[in-house]
Amino acid sequence: MVKKVTEASQAVAEAVKLCRPKVIPVYPITPQTHIPERISDFVDNGEFDCEMIYVESEHSAISAAIGSSASGVRTYTATASQGLALMHEILHVVSGMRLPIVMNVANRALSAPINIWNDHQDSMNARDTSWIQLYVESAQEALDTTIMAFRIAEDHDVLLPVMVCLDGFTLSHVYEPVDVPEQKTVDKYLPKFKPAFSLDGKTSTMGPIGYPGDFMGFKKQQHEAMLASLDVIKKANAEFKKVFKRSYGDGLIEPYRLDDAEHVFVGAGTICGTARTVIDKLRNEGHKVGMLKLKAFRPFPEDAIVKACKAAKSIIVFDRSVSFGFKGPIFAEFESAFYEASQKPLLHSFIAGLGGYDVTLDHIEDAFRSAMTADKPISRWLYKE
Amino acid sequence: MVIKKIKKKIAGKKSRLSVGAVIQDPGNSVENKTGGWRALRPVWNKDKCTQCMLCWMYCPDGAIPQKNGKRLDFNYDYCKGCGICARECPFQAIEMKKEEK
Amino acid sequence: MLEIRIHGRGGQGAVTAAQLLAISAFHENKFSQAFPRFGVERRGAPVESFCRIDDKVINVRSQIYTPDLVIVLEASLLDAVDITSGLKPGGIIVVNTSKPVKGAKYSDFKVHTVDASQVALEIFKADIVNTPMLGAFAKVTGLVSLESIFKALEERFAGKGKLIDLNKEAVKRVYEQVE
Repeated sequence: MVKKVTEASQAVAEAVKLCRPKVIPVYPITPQTHIPERISDFVDNGEFDCEMIYVESEHSAISAAIGSSASGVRTYTATASQGLALMHEILHVVSGMRLPIVMNVANRALSAPINIWNDHQDSMNARDTSWIQLYVESAQEALDTTIMAFRIAEDHDVLLPVMVCLDGFTLSHVYEPVDVPEQKTVDKYLPKFKPAFSLDGKTSTMGPIGYPGDFMGFKKQQHEAMLASLDVIKKANAEFKKVFKRSYGDGLIEPYRLDDAEHVFVGAGTICGTARTVIDKLRNEGHKVGMLKLKAFRPFPEDAIVKACKAAKSIIVFDRSVSFGFKGPIFAEFESAFYEASQKPLLHSFIAGLGGYDVTLDHIEDAFRSAMTADKPISRWLYKE
Repeated sequence: MVIKKIKKKIAGKKSRLSVGAVIQDPGNSVENKTGGWRALRPVWNKDKCTQCMLCWMYCPDGAIPQKNGKRLDFNYDYCKGCGICARECPFQAIEMKKEEK
Repeated sequence: MLEIRIHGRGGQGAVTAAQLLAISAFHENKFSQAFPRFGVERRGAPVESFCRIDDKVINVRSQIYTPDLVIVLEASLLDAVDITSGLKPGGIIVVNTSKPVKGAKYSDFKVHTVDASQVALEIFKADIVNTPMLGAFAKVTGLVSLESIFKALEERFAGKGKLIDLNKEAVKRVYEQVE
């Protein structure tokens, strides 16, 4: 184990190297660029034996990843924003073909207007592509979750691709302390890739036509695999703790001072760090506040969420994206999750941090204070002209 | 259909559908006999045939078997009756006839 | 927690300076975080980078609005941008300049100056001040030692032996000369 101060993108690149994918087709896009750049360095200086394919677009990157994964080797790629949008149709093909590709998304806004900064619109836009989506808060969590992602994706009860989402710039370009594990520790945790099926050495047909009589059957299998991944993610997290002495809640959600919390902050990604600081301050003032960090957005761990918020009188959801014409996507899931709960907390929706608009300590503190005195749901955009 | 015939057990779950719709037993197109699609039937006139093999080359379904570089009679299990062979034959050695019993 | 803002111009290495500070603080067994002003960087345009240093884990991830300390890599920036913006009363300003920094707007703050450009010109034969100014930070705050900065330089510029030695020399000279 090497502890050092490094960039989150570098930490992700180290994680990828340690997981030894054989093929990485990739196309650069801000703010993901540092990840493939660092991986290229490893390949270039001989530290990492891997075929990098420098393709002409993200559509090609993910298509090449399909070919690679179908041939039975561990495959990785990374993208962001418009790149993820350009991949969109192929994202469905990857999950439909049940190929366990792992991809980091350095979350960034979608145009127009052109914006290179962080929000979650890009990955939320890919919500229904049947990719597992895990969000991370720190460079360490980005590294650790990338390692876990291969194990989750490749589990034969799952066989679905995993997106590990880290906030563009706000995390991807931040230097901070990181424990980089040793190769032998990662090897102990992550078994060699055993494909469930492969084109290598054996003739088979992948991606055939699925007639109406069968298509739904395949989709149902996919849905069931996604639901099965709830347990697999938990196990991957628990096993990670055994090997690396670190873990993140139950792998799906991570509570912070949540047990007796009456007012609960909910978010995904880096804002959860900022929220911790606010929660400590308000706790010192005697307020019963806490956080539920959403790590897995798909599959959506609704039972775990309802159980974890047992003392909640109000829940404050910060969405870094919006479902135009409706609500914040995370908020909508929370409303749905609590619909049948016996104890229904007040649910407050805050749209925050779109296109790099900074989410500050004050934003979160104000949201808590508003929620403490509210007698009806609050719906607010944290933005001043 | 073809996928229905594949019963694979993956991840402890039994399903008549394979995971990811993968067809792991290759060459199963022979199980799909397409001869029934035929409305016109090619009839080979051996006397006019010079064994130029153009028909064999053009047949999109591989429904003209060959042996030692010479064509044999049509394989009506797979011939869809498209008529390409008859059209391409320089010697009018293939005639399309109505498929009637 | 100490929050630091570094003012420079695009291409001057303000971001690298923040990273080196974070690495140096780490070698003092402190927690640290460094990040650029996220954006589209253009050579010559005023840019900022940031660093947080603390004795405990740093969770906050918003930008820095009220720094405790400001490092200015080039004196011309004093007129170009408001380098005192948000600076806490009693906050520290460290400027690379050959002239004294005077004016009412600086009266609430502790201003330190050093002619890092002169040191850089002598040592690098070029006006590269981002790393030398770390020496000024070390001297003024006492938060990181020269040894920790040296370690950070060795880590960041691994394999570039001569460059590391020159940088160490420049850091040391600025450390000694800052007022």
